[in-house]
Amino acid sequence: MATKASKAAARLMISPAVLLLLGWMIAPLALTLYFSFLRYNLIMPGDNLFVGWENYYWFLTDPSFKAAMINTLVLVGGVLCVTVLGGIGFALLLEKPMFGQGIIRIMVIAPFFVMPTVSALIWKNMFMNPVNGIFGQIASGLGFAPIDFFGQFPLLSIIFIVSWQWLPFATLILLTALQSLDQEQLEAAEMDGASWLNRFRFIMLPHLARAITVVILIQTIFLLSTFAEILVTTNGGPGTATTNLTYLVYVSSLLQFDVGMGSAGGVIAIILANIVAIFLMRMIGKNLDA
Amino acid sequence: MGRIQLKQVKKSFGECTVIPPLDLAIEDGEFTVFVGPSGCGKSTLLRLIAGLEDTTSGMIEIDGTNATLLPPAKRGLAMVFQSYALYPHMSVRKNIAFPMKMAGVNEAEQTKRIYAAAKALNLTDYLDRKPGQLSGGQRQRVAIGRAIVREPTAFLFDEPLSNLDAALRVGMRLEISELHKRLKTTMIYVTHDQVEAMTMADKIVVLQAGGIEQVGSPLELYKTPRNRFVAGFIGSPKMNFIEGAEAAQHNAFAIGIRPEHIDVSITHGQWQATVGVAEHLGSDTFLHVHGVPGCDPMTVRGGGDIAVNHGDTVWLTPDPQHIHKFDAEGLRIK
Repeated sequence: MATKASKAAARLMISPAVLLLLGWMIAPLALTLYFSFLRYNLIMPGDNLFVGWENYYWFLTDPSFKAAMINTLVLVGGVLCVTVLGGIGFALLLEKPMFGQGIIRIMVIAPFFVMPTVSALIWKNMFMNPVNGIFGQIASGLGFAPIDFFGQFPLLSIIFIVSWQWLPFATLILLTALQSLDQEQLEAAEMDGASWLNRFRFIMLPHLARAITVVILIQTIFLLSTFAEILVTTNGGPGTATTNLTYLVYVSSLLQFDVGMGSAGGVIAIILANIVAIFLMRMIGKNLDA
Repeated sequence: MGRIQLKQVKKSFGECTVIPPLDLAIEDGEFTVFVGPSGCGKSTLLRLIAGLEDTTSGMIEIDGTNATLLPPAKRGLAMVFQSYALYPHMSVRKNIAFPMKMAGVNEAEQTKRIYAAAKALNLTDYLDRKPGQLSGGQRQRVAIGRAIVREPTAFLFDEPLSNLDAALRVGMRLEISELHKRLKTTMIYVTHDQVEAMTMADKIVVLQAGGIEQVGSPLELYKTPRNRFVAGFIGSPKMNFIEGAEAAQHNAFAIGIRPEHIDVSITHGQWQATVGVAEHLGSDTFLHVHGVPGCDPMTVRGGGDIAVNHGDTVWLTPDPQHIHKFDAEGLRIK
């Protein structure tokens, strides 16, 4: 696969797939862009007038937009903190040989296989419900007032649920990274007089840097579009306390039937996601080069 | 100072005893080589001394103090690993500085020692490179540099040259020997290569199945091996063993004769044999011959000019002064 002819042939061969993927991406994007410039409301059928930037103007000046932006960032940031720190912790624990290692590892990884809607429902009804939930029962049993998680700490509760889902992913990636660390390096550091903390800081953490980068990049992409957990538990409320950008787009287009506005929100979300991606790549992409 | 004494040191992993109780004394400034076939426990023994493995029972004394329960860092030893175990994300400078940083040596002293070590090991131009950008030999030198700057009481080498190619290995062997002459620090060196052992050691410890077969200077082991295992392991090519009638003439169960102590002639001699493979090295010729009773094939060293090839008949005469006699248990008969 090195001659000029074979390279040209290779390009020709993969071009259908590339074109298909490109079309797959371009068509919805073009339609969304097109809709975002129309006054297109499903409740008011009729001429869909071209209104220019009006949809963008109203979406951006909507008071819930600012709240949604902040919520999105807090949600992504919070989940990343919990999963990366927790993932490192779990990886360190699971790396040690112990009794029942295989089963414990499977159990740690299990939450990743539960559908977001299902896990959110389980947490909502079986754990966090102030009357029927286990946490409420325990609190009542001990004589405390049960906490209404989604009423009092809505965003924190959602961060918790999403973190619970993503912790296994972080753990898995970091665990495999940790296992690929050459044991002789750790032994050399031990001979060099490094305490456990220093070995962690100077040997393990730098070794994990690349895996942590991967975890942050992949999770950010998925966490920016968190939706099911919010829909199932709080419906974006109370007020706009748990409305993130994705949910706001849903509200505009499918609850208020304003397709134009929803499309404008979608375009803004795309732009924001790209800004975040550029930042992330700049900030930690360096780790991926070496 | 660097006197290391092992007293009844034993190591088992679960049911499996890797090193049965063993005594050994390593004197200050000595270059000691642990040599043995792979899996004989020599690396385990080194790791016990380093403190990377716990002893099952027994005592390790370093400079007269009991170090059995001390953590590796407190034993004052430095180790060079087979894989070099350099820290890949740190530059050479930082790698070498790491043990000093951990020990809290001040910056000025650190810089001084780094440059001293780099100069001694020809690493001055590479201080800012990462280990990944260095060749095998250079990495090896960085690993040694990292060991030197700690100014340890003893150096431990775990098969440090086995990842290098043959030419580099000879060069590094000399460098390590010179380093020992200069520093006069105790060194313990593990290898499976008896050539390394013979060329570098003040004292060789031959190990088999975790037990010590013999301890002595290279020439002692060569001239008076205590048993057949040591006789066969030390020396290259291996000693020939002859059993049966020929050995009985010498009142022994088996006799051993090294390839270099057999005279080769194409006209007359004690044993008649047929040449199988002849390896012409220029300086020497190694002949693998068939037909000597009780030893087949026998390896013989002839001069470089000996003109024999496959299928030729040769006559062999052993040098009677260099015949080693062994009894049925494989022990040397004096």
